[in-house]
Amino acid sequence: MNKELFAYLVIACVKVLLVFGTIQFMIISMIWLERKIMAHMQVRLGPMRVGPHGLLQPIADGIKLLFKEDIIPEKASKLLFVLAPAMALIPALITFAVIPFGDKVKILGYNVDLVITDINIGFLYVFAVSSLGIYGVVMAGWASNNKYSLLGGIRSSAQMISYELTLGLSLIGVVMLTESLSLVDVVNAQGKLWNIVLQPLGFFIYFTSAIAEVNRCPFDLPEAESELVAGYHTEYSSMKFAMFFMAEYANMITVSAIAVTFFLGGWQGPFLPPVVWFMLKLSGCLFFFIWIRSTFPRLRYDQLMHLGWKFLLPLSLLNILITGLIMVIKG
Amino acid sequence: MILPLIKGLVLTLKRFLDPRTCVTIPYPEERPKLSARFRGLPELQIGKDGREKCVACGLCAKVCPSQCIYVEGAEDETHRRYPKIYELDAFRCIFCGFCEEACPVRAIILRDTFELATYQNKEIFDKEKLLDLTKKRNLPK
Repeated sequence: MNKELFAYLVIACVKVLLVFGTIQFMIISMIWLERKIMAHMQVRLGPMRVGPHGLLQPIADGIKLLFKEDIIPEKASKLLFVLAPAMALIPALITFAVIPFGDKVKILGYNVDLVITDINIGFLYVFAVSSLGIYGVVMAGWASNNKYSLLGGIRSSAQMISYELTLGLSLIGVVMLTESLSLVDVVNAQGKLWNIVLQPLGFFIYFTSAIAEVNRCPFDLPEAESELVAGYHTEYSSMKFAMFFMAEYANMITVSAIAVTFFLGGWQGPFLPPVVWFMLKLSGCLFFFIWIRSTFPRLRYDQLMHLGWKFLLPLSLLNILITGLIMVIKG
Repeated sequence: MILPLIKGLVLTLKRFLDPRTCVTIPYPEERPKLSARFRGLPELQIGKDGREKCVACGLCAKVCPSQCIYVEGAEDETHRRYPKIYELDAFRCIFCGFCEEACPVRAIILRDTFELATYQNKEIFDKEKLLDLTKKRNLPK
């Protein structure tokens, strides 16, 4: 085999494994951190018994879920029922393929881009793939053969489709400024000034819709734990449930990574190495997610739709209009 | 619309950054601070002569809303009345403190004993047990 090609394949595989492993590690640590941070914000202690300050809690949870009985309802559509958790998790993970987490580095004489792949339509890829996550939710709701699951799935998909729109439109402003759909170009263009300064409205709209998109509090209506049984994953148990759980966290990490890439300058930053900057910004975004969850109460369903269609959508169109006007005036 | 949201965020962040605001007590390691008026299990008090103060008048049994107290009095050779049998069913007791209020000689007082978990399905505290609670309390002094 050609030596160049071999090196290319090895580097690609290592990058994929590295990113995948990091995401898995982040999901596990997020479970602990979320419970801890939320507890302290709500004047509680959170998990304290399993390991020092409950550090081993995610492992205990994982073992518990592994040993639970894996139930498939008798009249469920078996294939879709088994497929749905994977359909929910995979899009969240493969979105990371185009997110740059560092500058070019030289390792053992090879130039390595710290991004799994830089495709020139990265922006479209992100949205094409992340929209697929809805299929997992709808399939889970439908295949369970349970009307509550179905309603949960429909609620969830209605919410995700509504906010997908503003999510995409809020990033158009950044794409207009960068004049490229490649995520690497977007990051490179933010060397001097982060896009959050140029597009504060865009960032606000993006983050609000992102929270709704990944079904997090205060937009966690599909699985509102204090009102509903569980939403679309009512019938799921054991590791299948764990996969939905992981999908939620993976989605959260993904939308945070996109926010970092498009608005917070990606890996750009002084003094520290690029990867550290990327991780710092990502952690900041994730902390914000938890912070919001522990502060705000859940919205009503009509308020949710009102906010999405009558407030955020016109606002995002206005943002595009203003961005375009300023660009035309400046030449 | 935005300002109240920011106010809320600031409040939660303040709570997060200051762990002293935490109200949870990691119970077995750290004991809760009970108020002086806490009503735990009723305990029979011991007088200066080292015997129970109780004169077996039966007012506590009479006033008890859950009827968990059973008293049978007797007289000793000095004609002093004392409870021959004094039983308190901890399963029925509702810790209302009426017995303490009714007692004319302050022989029964609700103190801070609240760890009453047991492996039996019946937990009757007889006179000795109820006096032991007070004796144990007097030991370290």
